[in-house]
Order: sequence, then structure tokens, then C-alpha cells
Amino acid sequence: MRSPLIPEMATQEVQLNETLVHLKTESETLKSKLEEERAKLHDVELHQVAEKVDGLGQFVMKTRRTLKGHGNKVLCMDWCKDKRRIVSSSQDGKVIVWDAFTTNKEHAVTMPCTWVMACAYAPSGCAVACGGLDNKCSVYPLSLDKNENLAAKKKSVAMHTNYLSACSFTNSDMQILTSSGDGTCALWDVESGQLLQSFHGHAADVLCLDLAPSETGNTFVSGGCDKKANVWDMRSGQCIQSFETHESDINSVRYYPSGDAFASGSDDATCRLYDLRADREVAIYSKDSIIFGVSSVDFSLSGRLLFAGYNDYTINVWDVLKGTRVSILFGHENRVSTLRVSPDGTSFCTGSWDHTLRIWA
Amino acid sequence: MARDMSDKEILKMELEQLKKEVSTTRTPLLANCAETVTFVEELLPNDPLIKGVPDDKNPYKGDKGGCIIT
Repeated sequence: MRSPLIPEMATQEVQLNETLVHLKTESETLKSKLEEERAKLHDVELHQVAEKVDGLGQFVMKTRRTLKGHGNKVLCMDWCKDKRRIVSSSQDGKVIVWDAFTTNKEHAVTMPCTWVMACAYAPSGCAVACGGLDNKCSVYPLSLDKNENLAAKKKSVAMHTNYLSACSFTNSDMQILTSSGDGTCALWDVESGQLLQSFHGHAADVLCLDLAPSETGNTFVSGGCDKKANVWDMRSGQCIQSFETHESDINSVRYYPSGDAFASGSDDATCRLYDLRADREVAIYSKDSIIFGVSSVDFSLSGRLLFAGYNDYTINVWDVLKGTRVSILFGHENRVSTLRVSPDGTSFCTGSWDHTLRIWA
Repeated sequence: MARDMSDKEILKMELEQLKKEVSTTRTPLLANCAETVTFVEELLPNDPLIKGVPDDKNPYKGDKGGCIIT
């Protein structure tokens, strides 16, 4: 009779543990080497270089419009390229298209699921994409006929194995980039629903993504619950750069207008700026008095201001170059969940768990 | 999908990624930060949220429409 399998299993388990330990050690060594390489280029701080830049004056930014109509928490919003229309999605399962100048609702769609966590406007302005707990991203063409049932024309494009956290059209209405709780990002063809490229590298839920400004090429950045922000090559599917300096989930990432840097906002109550050419974090926007997580970030047109929405219901406005806070905006009666500056930079919109959206200028 | 991967597979994935990243080209901060500052200074005069927009051009100032009752 053969001797029992137990000793063999024990050996196998020891080998597995050794391999895990070995992998971990190698990983730690490489991480240290990476830190060393990055530190060599840390010859100056951004705010030092910006010392001779004029300070910013007083800001008077107020709520100019309040968009009421959602029955529950607003989770996401996006601007149309026409600089006046907005699409928003909510926990109540509704996706609404608004005219921000008049506050009129132009379209409304009821999704089959609640928690519609992501929505995006198509570059043409003729369609919107949305999704959430249904694990899908669907595209709805917007009809000029107010009586037409938009839900009937719905097109399911993306399928993930967990919730959809963010979506964005690329330069055209034909491709959509998605991120999901399943830890991956993916690029899809809208017409056929075909998966064009998938992006693996995050070790936990991916919560946000942003495409590089079109002039700077085919890359995008994603942030996740693994505290990492990854920069990806859209064509090859490879992760080109990775940053792990946040201390908690990264809820929002946004490219700098020049395309050479990006900002992130995290549950660790800080926003950070990462320079892609220097391959390192170059600024942290934080204060001891700010202890609530950042849900969303966006830049003003020139990149001088960083607007950040927080879970303590406020919006903090940061001087990107000097690293100081220039303004704090009050108004929402619950968490700010989403924030985007309009395409022409004249205003920005925030969505909140208080069921409303506000336009600030 | 990350959720379905074992710890070992996740570590291996991280390791492969780190090996690639160690050899990326990087440039010193001084040059990059200076470029960023120049970029901002060029665009600053045209940033509506900093410089403001004249009231007659601002769609959000003034009435959003209403009716005049005579």
C-alpha cells in the first residue's frame, strides 16, 4: 500500500508558501529599487518652482443653478460637448439629460437596475452611456421626439462580471472604455458589442478612469481599491506606469490639461498630482482639518485650479502650483459624489447624495 | 479578473509589472515642474473660472427665462 498522501501534500504546501514568500521578497526588492530610481529625480518640489508665480485673488464662486428631479442619490454626471447639456445618473435607477442653462429636463430613462454608478455623454451629443449594478454598460441614442421611449432603443455594449464603476466614450461614439468592480478595465466597440481590449493589473475593484487629452495619444489612467493609479496603453493593453502613494481607495482620477500629469482623489482625504514624465507624485493637496474622503476631482481650463468634492458635503478649490487651498464651497446637504468642469471651463457641475446637481460659476 | 485570482497569481502579476516599470525612462522634476508652470501661465488669462466672464456673456448670470406679466 502506498504511504498516505499527507506528507506529499505537506511538502506541496511548504513549497507553495516558499514561493509566495519568495515572490513577496522579490516584489519588495523591486519596489525599493523603483523608489530609489524615482527619488534620484526628486531635485525640487512643485510649489518651490511656483514660488515666483502670482498668488490667486479672492474667489467668488456660487451655485448658479440647482437641478432637482432625481429621487435618490446622484452618483455620476457628464457634460455634453455643447457645453450646456448634462447627463446624470442616480441610485433611483434614472438617467436624466438636462439643459444646464434653463434647468429643463430633456430626456429621462429608467434603468432596470438601481445604483446607476456611471454615465457618459457621447462626443456627438446624440447618445448617452450608463450602467452600474447590472454589470453592463448600455448606450441609449437620444431622440428628438420627446414621446419616443428611449429604453426601447437601448443597446447593451459592455459585460463585466461585477458592477460598472465608470465609463467614457473615446474620441468617437464608436468606442467605450469601462472600469469595473471585477478589477478590470475594457475597451468595447459600440456597434457590435465586441471586446476590443481588456486591461488587467489592478488587484481589486477599479473605481474610476480618465482618457488622456486626444493630442497626447492613446493612454488612459485608472484608480482602484488597491490604492493604485495605473496608466495604460490602449492599443497594447499594457500598464505603462503605476503609482501607489495613496493610503486608501482612489475614487477619482483626472488628466491634467497638458496630458503630462494627472490628479487623483482618495478616501485618505487627500488629492495628489502625479507627473508622468518624472514618474512620481509631485504634490499632495491636504489639510489636517480635512478628514473626509475625496469622491471626485477636476481641473480648471488652465490647470491652475483643482476642484475636489468631498464626503463632508463641501468642495475644496486648490491652487495646483502652490499646493494651497484657495476656497471652500458649501451648498450641498450630503456627500458630493461627482464633479466635472464644463468643456469650455466656464462653470463646473457637482452631483450629490442630497439628490441634486449644482452648477457653480 | 482580479477577484478570481489567487494571491500567488496576483503577486506574479505585480512582479511582472514592477520588472517593466523599473526600466522606464524618467526625467528630473525641475524641468517638468518648470514646464507645468509655463503651461499654466500661458493659459491663465483665458481661464473663465479664474478671470471671470463678463455678465453679458455669462449664461448663468441673469434670468434663466421667465414670463413677463403685463
